[in-house]
Amino acid sequence: MIAYLARRFFQSVLILLGVSLITFALLYLLPADPVRQIAGRSATPQTVENIRRELGLDQPFLVQYGRYLLGLVQGDLGRSYLQRSEVTTLVMARLPATLLLMAGAIACELALGLTMGLIAAVKRGTATDQALMVGSFIGVSAPQFVVGLLLLYVFAVRLGWFPIGGYGTFSHLVLPSVTLGILGAGWYSRMMRSSMIDVLRQDYIRTARAKGLARSTVLFRHALPNAILPVIAMIGIDIGLFMSGIVVVEGVFGWPGIGQLAWQAIQRVDIPIIMGVTLVSACAIVLGNLLADIVTPFIDPRIKLR
Amino acid sequence: MKAWLTSTVAASALGLALATIPAAAQDSSAKAPDATSAAAVTEVAYTPDPGAKQGGAIVITYKDDVATLDPAIGYDWQNWSMIKSLFGALMDYVPGTTTLRPGLAESYDISEDGTVFTFHLRKGVKFHNGREMTADDVKYSLDRVTTPKTQSPGAGFFGSIKGYDQMADGSAESLEGVTTVDPLTVKIELSRPDATFLHVMALNFSSIVPKEAVEEFGADFGKHPVGTGAFKLAEWTLGQRLVFQKNPDYWRDGVPYLDQITFEIGQEPIVALLRLQSGEVDIPGDGIPPAKFQEVMNDPEQKARVVEGGQLQTGYITMNTQIEPFDKKEVREAVNMAINKDRIVQMINNRALPANQPLPPSMPGYDKSFEGYPYDPAKAKEMLAEAGLADGFQTELFVMNTDPNPRIAQAIQQDLSQIGIKADIQALAQANVIAAGGEKDGAPMIWSGGMAWIADFPDPSNFYGPILGCDGAVPGGWNWSWYCNEELDKKAAEADAIVDPAKAEERAKMWSEIYGAIMADAPWVPVFNEQRFTMKSKRMGGADNLYVDPVHIPINYDYVFVTDVQ
Amino acid sequence: MSDQLVSEPLRSDAVPGLRRKGILAQLLARPLAVVGLAIIVLTVAGALLAPWLTPYDPNDQLFDGLTLEGAPMAPGGAFALGSDLLGRDLLTRILYGARTSLIIGIAANGVALLIGTLVGVTAGFFRGWTGTILMRFTDLMMAFPALLLAICLAAVLSPSLWIVALVIALVNWVQTARVVYTETSSLAQREFIEAERSIGAGTLRILFRHILPHLLPTIIVWGTLGISTTVLLEATLSYLGVGVQPPAPSWGNIIFENQTYFQAAPWLVFFPGAAILTLALAFNLVGDAMRDILDPTQRGRLS
Repeated sequence: MIAYLARRFFQSVLILLGVSLITFALLYLLPADPVRQIAGRSATPQTVENIRRELGLDQPFLVQYGRYLLGLVQGDLGRSYLQRSEVTTLVMARLPATLLLMAGAIACELALGLTMGLIAAVKRGTATDQALMVGSFIGVSAPQFVVGLLLLYVFAVRLGWFPIGGYGTFSHLVLPSVTLGILGAGWYSRMMRSSMIDVLRQDYIRTARAKGLARSTVLFRHALPNAILPVIAMIGIDIGLFMSGIVVVEGVFGWPGIGQLAWQAIQRVDIPIIMGVTLVSACAIVLGNLLADIVTPFIDPRIKLR
Repeated sequence: MKAWLTSTVAASALGLALATIPAAAQDSSAKAPDATSAAAVTEVAYTPDPGAKQGGAIVITYKDDVATLDPAIGYDWQNWSMIKSLFGALMDYVPGTTTLRPGLAESYDISEDGTVFTFHLRKGVKFHNGREMTADDVKYSLDRVTTPKTQSPGAGFFGSIKGYDQMADGSAESLEGVTTVDPLTVKIELSRPDATFLHVMALNFSSIVPKEAVEEFGADFGKHPVGTGAFKLAEWTLGQRLVFQKNPDYWRDGVPYLDQITFEIGQEPIVALLRLQSGEVDIPGDGIPPAKFQEVMNDPEQKARVVEGGQLQTGYITMNTQIEPFDKKEVREAVNMAINKDRIVQMINNRALPANQPLPPSMPGYDKSFEGYPYDPAKAKEMLAEAGLADGFQTELFVMNTDPNPRIAQAIQQDLSQIGIKADIQALAQANVIAAGGEKDGAPMIWSGGMAWIADFPDPSNFYGPILGCDGAVPGGWNWSWYCNEELDKKAAEADAIVDPAKAEERAKMWSEIYGAIMADAPWVPVFNEQRFTMKSKRMGGADNLYVDPVHIPINYDYVFVTDVQ
Repeated sequence: MSDQLVSEPLRSDAVPGLRRKGILAQLLARPLAVVGLAIIVLTVAGALLAPWLTPYDPNDQLFDGLTLEGAPMAPGGAFALGSDLLGRDLLTRILYGARTSLIIGIAANGVALLIGTLVGVTAGFFRGWTGTILMRFTDLMMAFPALLLAICLAAVLSPSLWIVALVIALVNWVQTARVVYTETSSLAQREFIEAERSIGAGTLRILFRHILPHLLPTIIVWGTLGISTTVLLEATLSYLGVGVQPPAPSWGNIIFENQTYFQAAPWLVFFPGAAILTLALAFNLVGDAMRDILDPTQRGRLS
């Protein structure tokens, strides 16, 4: 196990290095000149060149990348071009909001997905099952920005049950969490269903029933805990989808997280922020995958750690 | 003023109140032309509102994050007036107007040839950290903003100060032309007479900052501003909220009226409007969203709380004179006659006035009698034919991709197709359009919306240099039509050398002629001048012009008050 | 969702669905698949027949398309689904937008499949250093948040229909690569492959005659499911303003252009949004049914 972890850790570092290199290269190739953004409209060519030199943006690519890596090793993600604050500060200030949103989304996914999957498995083959499965398909196929706008319009604007975007209280959290979580709910409901069906077919379940235990006891005390495990293992994979989703969802709801930060930074060509958020997201994804890969063998012995 | 706008509503307002009076003329009316240092200032008396009440707190909302409150760097339209309320500069403006008045300098003298300014500072002005301001602070601040290390976008404004070039290329550490005569007197020498200098001294970039605070916070000074302004920064929760509190030691008596201002960040304009209607918000900082505009204006109760004002802004189409066929004047004139400006204005809910010249109506130098090009598609087709392009041609129109600019671009596209010009629309992120415009053969046509020129200060020369002068027609420049007329450049320099306030009319007339000549060459199609609409809550008080203050956007925080205190 | 876990690979003789009984017949036996197919057929028909289905041009800004105050017209009357902020008929733009979604969805997915299959087969068959490097590279690409990467790519390359498709393909090939790799590597170790080699069969021959046919079910399933992902990604990119640029209609950019009027004119968001959902749903339904038919061992386990 230790060897496995060590190997994965080493791989993760390499992966993150690769991510940083590719992102840095992409941003380097952007046609828009960040120095122009910083210098503004009334800057003379001299001022522009001065700024370029001060920021080290006149250096060749490898030198710039090298300096960035050096800073990275010391925990310095650089300074935003436009805000002049440290990227670390900006990201840290907004990270709690994003984490909160992700927690809310996971809660929604699990609540919705597990319930739907459970019911569908128990009522397997009936119309309810079909309907729930169609529902899960819709969840997977719905574009998140449309869902967000729809929920906002119906529940916040029209019905007034929730605030129209923003941050601060529990009721602010509900709609964005649901929006972000519907996609996962779709996946989980199907996984839960098939997992549950498998478990219900097992001998020990039939034994329990034969022993005369009530149906609900069998279901909840014996089947459910085993069925849930494979689903739980997948939460780590979800992180990847979340990292993409937050850019849109935080924008629609005005949620002050790192997704909104990234979007604003992309519009203003604020390269250090884009790099910082991408790296943080990649970190999260790698961690999530690692978690899932570690947990899974405990759940499904057929699968071995590779 | 940097205009990182994302909607026509969210635009800065500069001046309607004293529309045609050139700014400089108001001040030094007592100047003796032959003396070298007559006391040359008259403070234009500003009568504070007798009904103003002390106290209270208001809430203002914005969508975008506030980048920085460092006066040397901040150039967004959100932080522009926040900085004005946190800091002070040598010169200031009469509230609600574009008239200069002394700020931290209680008086100033100008030498006969207009190249030496001596500012006498007010005594007893305190920074937020308690220390008194002296002439050394002025020198420090000006050095700071012009040194490359600070990376200030506004460094170029100080180009006329002696020693600027040495600062800019890094060979000097300090501006030669700025000297501290005594702790309360600063002498600034210019390398050439500059009629805009006093305006530059009123810009945010000229704000006075205390050295020790800057050194303490270093690059984070923008998040911990310390100035001499009417308010001080009490709290800043990144991404969510800023709180300003009244500065009890502010040197101007009686103001500010408010005790506290809370800026809430990340609020969509529509949400802000709804919260305004429910009483939670006092001013939606981004203005009235286009989708709600009609609804608000149709409701008499709401309409009564909307203040309309002009802006020193023009939206225009640039035609790249270096790319065929826009190198032919007839083609450019034809395009000018093909655009249906009234329809475009209608598309944005009539929140603008059609324009026929580069300068906006409230700018000195605006020529009311100028007729410009009429809307005449038939004649336009004729002109194209004259230029040998009877069958029209294909071209590209670049535009910023946030609403309503793509819509406006599509309207322009349709107008052009009526005379046979097929324009492909390139809707790109703002930064990419700017990059394309800055390349010689990058963009044949650009609609300036969202990036449209707004004056940094109320002077006609601000509309010339970077966007129509030869200096701007360089790679990375903002003269997207790459128009370079050396004669006009010379004339512009002459006009700017007329520093005598008594000759302000003559100067304005020269500028009118310059812009008239530009329109004859037609590198641009001026389309409209945006109006500004500020909506306020019932409890807000103060003269209307404070709510569309030319210089303080969206409102003049120092002079507004609330009526529900005491 | 990604096939992160390595589950039971395909048995060498288990290519059940590809018999001449016809995939189509099997699909039509499943009601959900029928719904999906019907939607796809309708969408394609709508896209192809658009010029005949509506009297308007998608780019025509009609004078009557706006109210006197310059607001869009509600559904009904001359405009079946209402008009947009420039006075253009929404139904027309949605129909022409179907072309965009279909073309980009299918093209992007095709390229993604191609890249993914190439990478996966090469890594799985040749193994060794090539395999390791390729799969590590795949892991690397998986670590990127897809949308951020797509936005950055789109910002670097100037936007056009085909660039958008390329960007989406570059972001999406990873899933296919992993699955193909898993299948190929297990296949490559079967005895019959050894047998082929020992009689001197060339690599290409082995690849084409033995490996690829077994991969076909997987490719078909992923191909169909993948179109759903690419359609959604194109819509999202266009919604963010970095995808298909106006005035060319795309369901995503219709919402992008009109979202500021969302509260006053919600149909401008709902109708294109419903279109995106429906098309993505259709491909998901068909793809899932395909998986049931072609690869029953995977049924319902991992999506």
